[in-house]
Amino acid sequence: MAEPRKTPLYDLHVEMRGKMVDFAGWVMPVNYGLGVAGEHKQCREKAALFDVSHMGQVELRGERAAEKLEGIAPSAFTTLPVGKARYTVFTNPDGGIMDDLIVSNAGHYLYVVVNASMRDQDIGHMRDNLDGIEVVELDRALIAIQGPAAEGIVSAAAPVAADLKFMESAVADLFGAECRISRLGYTGEDGYEISIPTDRVVDITREFLKHGDLEMAGLGARDSLRLEAGLCLYGNDIDNSTSPVEANLNWAMQKRRREEGGFPGAERIQRELTEGPNRKLVGIKPEGRAPARRGVEVADKDGNIIGSISSGGFGPTYGGPVSMGYIMAEFAEPGTAVNLLIRGKAVPATIIKLPFVQQNYKR
Amino acid sequence: MTTYYSEEHEWLEVDGDTATLGITKHAAEALGEVVFVELKEAGDTFDKDDEIGVVESVKAASELYAPLAGEVTEANTTLEDNPGSVNEDPEGSAWFYKVKLDDVADLESLMDETAYKAFIA
Repeated sequence: MAEPRKTPLYDLHVEMRGKMVDFAGWVMPVNYGLGVAGEHKQCREKAALFDVSHMGQVELRGERAAEKLEGIAPSAFTTLPVGKARYTVFTNPDGGIMDDLIVSNAGHYLYVVVNASMRDQDIGHMRDNLDGIEVVELDRALIAIQGPAAEGIVSAAAPVAADLKFMESAVADLFGAECRISRLGYTGEDGYEISIPTDRVVDITREFLKHGDLEMAGLGARDSLRLEAGLCLYGNDIDNSTSPVEANLNWAMQKRRREEGGFPGAERIQRELTEGPNRKLVGIKPEGRAPARRGVEVADKDGNIIGSISSGGFGPTYGGPVSMGYIMAEFAEPGTAVNLLIRGKAVPATIIKLPFVQQNYKR
Repeated sequence: MTTYYSEEHEWLEVDGDTATLGITKHAAEALGEVVFVELKEAGDTFDKDDEIGVVESVKAASELYAPLAGEVTEANTTLEDNPGSVNEDPEGSAWFYKVKLDDVADLESLMDETAYKAFIA
């Protein structure tokens, strides 16, 4: 393995006593002094700042970028208005998911953010498949400010932030630096992701942290927040074997694309849209306090294995264990009683409709 | 009474052939916020290195391994309802078990406080 990479905020994480771990080839903070649960609640109740600079930021330049991108992803981009962002996935020829990503229409280019663990794959994939489109990997930092206080904090520095709605993006001056501010995130809370020139991110982060309602938060809280919000983590809840239909991502495939196809794996995806998938990603609420983590098997009342947990842990806001997993479609109805096989014991659980904690976006 | 420590970050406060067992402050800090504790019951016997419980934090699940062979005489079931006490008072009220040791001579394999402090330094 190559030496793990450091984001431009690495020294600040260390200074702020972040507990640093290797994640997807990067040295990242899992938590700081507040701890995972404290940072989680900070984000739900006030605001938290996450370094997400390990994610890949890419510009797709070329007049036909949106049209070409539709050839490798099942969402509509040619109709995506300027200033709007859209969640999508890259599908493989079998209809599985290669990665999930956010695409924004920046006017004269598309701005794309991909997962850290998949950035090399995704950039190669785009270069190989987007004929005539320039794929430019940006050397910029990315921070997320998430939580109910995020609007006040960010708009105090860049007033345009208050005018953005969920899934809208704009370029704005932030403490004298040209930044891209997007009103989105992966915590279930209102908030922003802000793309910042690398040489300014430390001082801009310090400026934001002067605000009393904002604290740093690490990957631990990012994971528990997205899990409560019912958002998929690539590599856990979605991967090359799971289709967007199985993963409940039909909303990411706009009507025209579902009907026309024209993306890798369309055959399977269209068939599953018509006939229903064999298995579905669902929320699973274990009874009692024992968390049911990834890999735990799900059984029906007769003991037959009907699925397995893809992500699970403890939800600090929910106040109990929370899990997501794939389950055979006939058992996927909310309210269905199942058993979780945790360390050899059958723990009763119930299928629930995601999310565990209501999403709080400014639409 | 003498307190011994294991490399698995457990403490044992020993009185004759009985002991109170818990996890150290160092272990509790490393785990982070404890959200779930699963315990053996009184009467359960165990060998050295047997799994004798599970401690789960927001971050991960960790097994508790027996530092010595013995029998559970009492489990601290208050931990099941209040797992957070493991973070608040790991070397006091948040003990895990009272145990009867099979062989007191085995205590020689454990560390004293000075050695444990050096071990985690």
